[in-house]
Amino acid sequence: MSPFSGAVTHAAEAAPAVTAATGTFQLIWLLIALPLVGAAILLLAGRRTDKWGHWLGLLASTASFVVAVLLFVAMLGQSDDQRTQVQHLFNWIAVGTFDVPVDLRLDQLSMTFVLLITGVGSLIHLYSVGYMSHDRDRRRFFGYLNLFVASMLLLVLADNYLLLYVGWEGVGLASYLLIGFWFFKDSAAVASKKAFVVNRVGDVGLSLAIMLMFVTFGSVSFEGVLGSASKGSQQSMTWIGLALLLAACGKSAQFPLQSWLLDAMEGPTPVSALIHAATMVTAGVYLIVRSGAIFDASLPARNAVIVVGAITLLMGAIIGCAKDDIKKALAGSTMSQIGYMILAAGLGPVGYAFAIFHLLLHGFFKADMFLGAGSVMHGMNDGVNMRRYGALRTVMKVTWITFMMGWLAILGIPPFSGFYSKDKIIEAAWSVSPVAGLVTLVGAGITAFYMTRLFAMTFHGEARWTDDVHPHESPWIMMFPIAILALLSAVAGFILNLNNAFVDWLKPVTGLEEPQLPFSSAVLPIAAIILVLIGAVLAWIPYATRAVPEVAPAGNLLTRAARADLYGDAANEAVFMRPGQYLTRWLVWFDNRVVDGVVNGTAATIGGLSGRARRLQTGFARSYALSMLGGAALVAAALVLVRL
Amino acid sequence: MTNSYWLLALLVVPLVGAALVMLVPKANETLAKQLALLISLVTFGLTIAMCLEFVVAKAAEFQFAYSISWVSNYNINFALGVDGIALVLIALSTSLVPIVLLAGWHDADGARGTVRGYVALILVLEAAMVGVFAATDLFLFYVFFEAMLVPVYFLIGRYGGPRRNYAAVKFLLYSLFGGLLMLASLIGLYVVSGNLTGHGTFDFTSLAALSIDPTTQKWLFAGFFIAFAIKAPLVPFHTWLPDAAAESTPGTAVLLVGVLDKVGTFGMLRYCLELFPDASHWATPLVIVLAVIGIIYGALQAIGQTDIKRLIAYTSVSHFGFIALGVFVMTSQGQSGSALYMVNHGFSTAALFLIGGFLISRRGSRLIADFGGVQKVAPVLAGTFLVAGLSSLALPGLSSFVSEFLVLVGTFERYTWVGVVATLGIVLAALYILLMYQRTMTGPVPEAVAEKVHDLRGREVLAIAPLLVVIIALGFYPQPVLDVVNPAVDRVMHAVGSTDPAPQVAPVAEGTHK
Repeated sequence: MSPFSGAVTHAAEAAPAVTAATGTFQLIWLLIALPLVGAAILLLAGRRTDKWGHWLGLLASTASFVVAVLLFVAMLGQSDDQRTQVQHLFNWIAVGTFDVPVDLRLDQLSMTFVLLITGVGSLIHLYSVGYMSHDRDRRRFFGYLNLFVASMLLLVLADNYLLLYVGWEGVGLASYLLIGFWFFKDSAAVASKKAFVVNRVGDVGLSLAIMLMFVTFGSVSFEGVLGSASKGSQQSMTWIGLALLLAACGKSAQFPLQSWLLDAMEGPTPVSALIHAATMVTAGVYLIVRSGAIFDASLPARNAVIVVGAITLLMGAIIGCAKDDIKKALAGSTMSQIGYMILAAGLGPVGYAFAIFHLLLHGFFKADMFLGAGSVMHGMNDGVNMRRYGALRTVMKVTWITFMMGWLAILGIPPFSGFYSKDKIIEAAWSVSPVAGLVTLVGAGITAFYMTRLFAMTFHGEARWTDDVHPHESPWIMMFPIAILALLSAVAGFILNLNNAFVDWLKPVTGLEEPQLPFSSAVLPIAAIILVLIGAVLAWIPYATRAVPEVAPAGNLLTRAARADLYGDAANEAVFMRPGQYLTRWLVWFDNRVVDGVVNGTAATIGGLSGRARRLQTGFARSYALSMLGGAALVAAALVLVRL
Repeated sequence: MTNSYWLLALLVVPLVGAALVMLVPKANETLAKQLALLISLVTFGLTIAMCLEFVVAKAAEFQFAYSISWVSNYNINFALGVDGIALVLIALSTSLVPIVLLAGWHDADGARGTVRGYVALILVLEAAMVGVFAATDLFLFYVFFEAMLVPVYFLIGRYGGPRRNYAAVKFLLYSLFGGLLMLASLIGLYVVSGNLTGHGTFDFTSLAALSIDPTTQKWLFAGFFIAFAIKAPLVPFHTWLPDAAAESTPGTAVLLVGVLDKVGTFGMLRYCLELFPDASHWATPLVIVLAVIGIIYGALQAIGQTDIKRLIAYTSVSHFGFIALGVFVMTSQGQSGSALYMVNHGFSTAALFLIGGFLISRRGSRLIADFGGVQKVAPVLAGTFLVAGLSSLALPGLSSFVSEFLVLVGTFERYTWVGVVATLGIVLAALYILLMYQRTMTGPVPEAVAEKVHDLRGREVLAIAPLLVVIIALGFYPQPVLDVVNPAVDRVMHAVGSTDPAPQVAPVAEGTHK
């Protein structure tokens, strides 16, 4: 018996009926159209919109949020089985039985994402007005941000996998453009390309998954695929599941496609907060949870998801421990936290709802901390090295307090947000497999270590600032969004967990099962909190109470490996990049010398090409006329022969 | 049957136009260009009007038929007509010509040939392109197939880059070789039709109705197929293309790679499959292997190139692999995808070649290494180049994605592993486009770039904008083209006796949720 066995029911069998969108729900398309129009104006009208472009960008995003709230209210007014609304826009691609419309689906799952994307998105737009105020290309930045929001909304609203793919790649494009926003830096240009190419490897997975769905079910719509998933062969479901997992690995920076996320920190910090923490990188979790019916039908696929999530959870956390660059430490943390979500998604119906719950809360507290990091950088001349931070609580009080909310939330200290989701994931993991359970527990301890290290190095201990730095608090336009996110980090988990409100809300889409534990369920939160406290204290003592060296010590083997991103890049270079470069170089030689050479050589041998070529060059018209004449004579002769 | 004059008009207008252009005094270059542009716009306008008359429901039939006896002794007719596939390819051709003329306004300035000669040759080429897609008599098709070579030869040889002579002769010899094989098969086909029915014919519909014995089919198929494989071109017949495209003016490269080469894949779809169905099935494994090799090999070559135009040419080798693959997997998704791919590839490659051309002419070098940081000094140029590149790498939301995905899904449903390998091409495509973009457009700005490269001007924007609009529009709303193409593809599928594989699980009717 597999160590990862677990009771599974098919969520899709309880799937609610689909309602054609009417009334308020006819506004669904506006969610996407508003930011899309914003992006189009900002990117097409160019410098003419420089003066007010950022306000337009903010307006477009906020308007989309207002529509989202209207839709949410309308959805609350519907009964549970009336909440899946589908809006048909037009027919996109139809060839034979391959018939894909542009349909948008708003249900509890996509509604959650829509609120997260437009809500946090709008806050980050507002923050960026301040953060990017000195950049002469601020308008272009907002154009890309709007493009991102539109694409991400398309991703979560699509009612079929091919349309989802458009949003999927659209966010990838926006991410590419934003990582490379400062394209005149080589490092940014390289990082953006890397992100796109690695994501493309994941896209191979999504492409194959869609093709497999079509071959298996004759459909690529959610209803057509997920509604019949239980009827497909287990082998097919496993392959589809694995292909979807590959896609998720690319987008969500999971092992083995994790390497791009740390480099992605080349982008401006609001981008790291919105795209590379709160929303886009969580798309893989969405994909897996949305495709729950596929994974319900395949134990091997679920196990693969759990393994990938567990590995990345630990990898990201270990990398996070060793980084001195505040953004890279947070990026490692993001990898790790998404590892939690992926792992939870792999647990099946015991985990789906909590994967999304954690995703939502992580969106709040990680965006809070990334924006906080941006605020710190803003006050520190864009320095990111935490070894030159320290004691910033004295000069950046608001940033310190708000960051603290995020820190407590990610640690999972009750009643802060992270506690409610992470604890449930740990519980669910134990119910499926002790190994997975142990990983989530240990991960919680490591998380406490690296987050406390980051927090202490930045805000506590001695000031280690370079001489030219005069730290100061950021303007209100940046602090206001942070404050909101800090508040959400503090209380959202508690509020949404009242009467299981959030999980019950999602249940009709994701299904829900109570985890069955062989021991009292009170054991786990206590164990988790003990581990968290140990981790936090282990970090607090050296980084808050003792002097932190301004130059990183050499460190042991593990530290050095973690600093080198656990050799992910080195492996990519050795296995793909360098052999690839040799291969293409050799192939170019091969094409020029061998393929072309054989052709030229053969021609020269048979017909004396080189000589004839020279003649053609000198007296072309005659020669051509001759060959045409030759051809014509041949035709004539043949035609005569035919008549005979 | 009454004759329709639409197609004849599309042939005659550019031809007469070319003659008119040649009457313009040699020194008055601007007038010659303006006249040529006007004529190409009239031709395009006529095409639009014709497309509006096209009956979509009968897209499998040859509409706007025109036929007069040409060489009555051999039953050769000057016969024209278009099905859905030919229609969209003609529309592609006549829409690209004005764009090419406008974008390449100064391409022929200072060349060995005259400017009026350049634009006149482009108009002659346009007529030949219309003819080759519109011919419904195989002999007429052959004549246009060969006639296209003449203007292209001169366009490369007299207006091209430093190695234009080598490139032009290579192009010509390859094409003549292919043409000769096709001619032999054509004659053979005539003989066979004579033997089977008592009187030989070149009429496509009559020939397609014959049942030729499989062995003969194989021989005849080979002649046509090799000619088309050279034209398209498939690996290993491709090496003329990078030379020809790199040495051409950007405009010539657009028409050569964007339209002319499509005659190859168009020919495979219409002539190889419908005339020789048994032989097509027999050759399918070989063609599929060649096509997949082409996809991967062309992409790897593109990654390794140091010259912008050669790089773009090799991306096309990869794309032609996709198109040929879609044709021969014998599924409706594959074939409709291929037909759509021919159109989409025409537009996105046109954008790449033209914008690449703007870049090259400014800096005076085709070498990627001579560029860098262009986005800083010419953001509009860089932005349009990126969109064109993204279309080339088949970004979902842009036109090429729809066709590429259809080809892939059409392949996958019949040949799973072939589909998997072909799908890997999307990673390589991201590499060749984004590496080129990174090396030319980003990073610090070298002095030579800062001095010489300025942003796009009004005329250039005017030429490129329609291409980008089409690329985006067909990405989100390709159905009008597919509606026109699908019936013709169904006719081909019927001719080769193929049907799409059924899904493993019988689909639940949509909307009737349990």
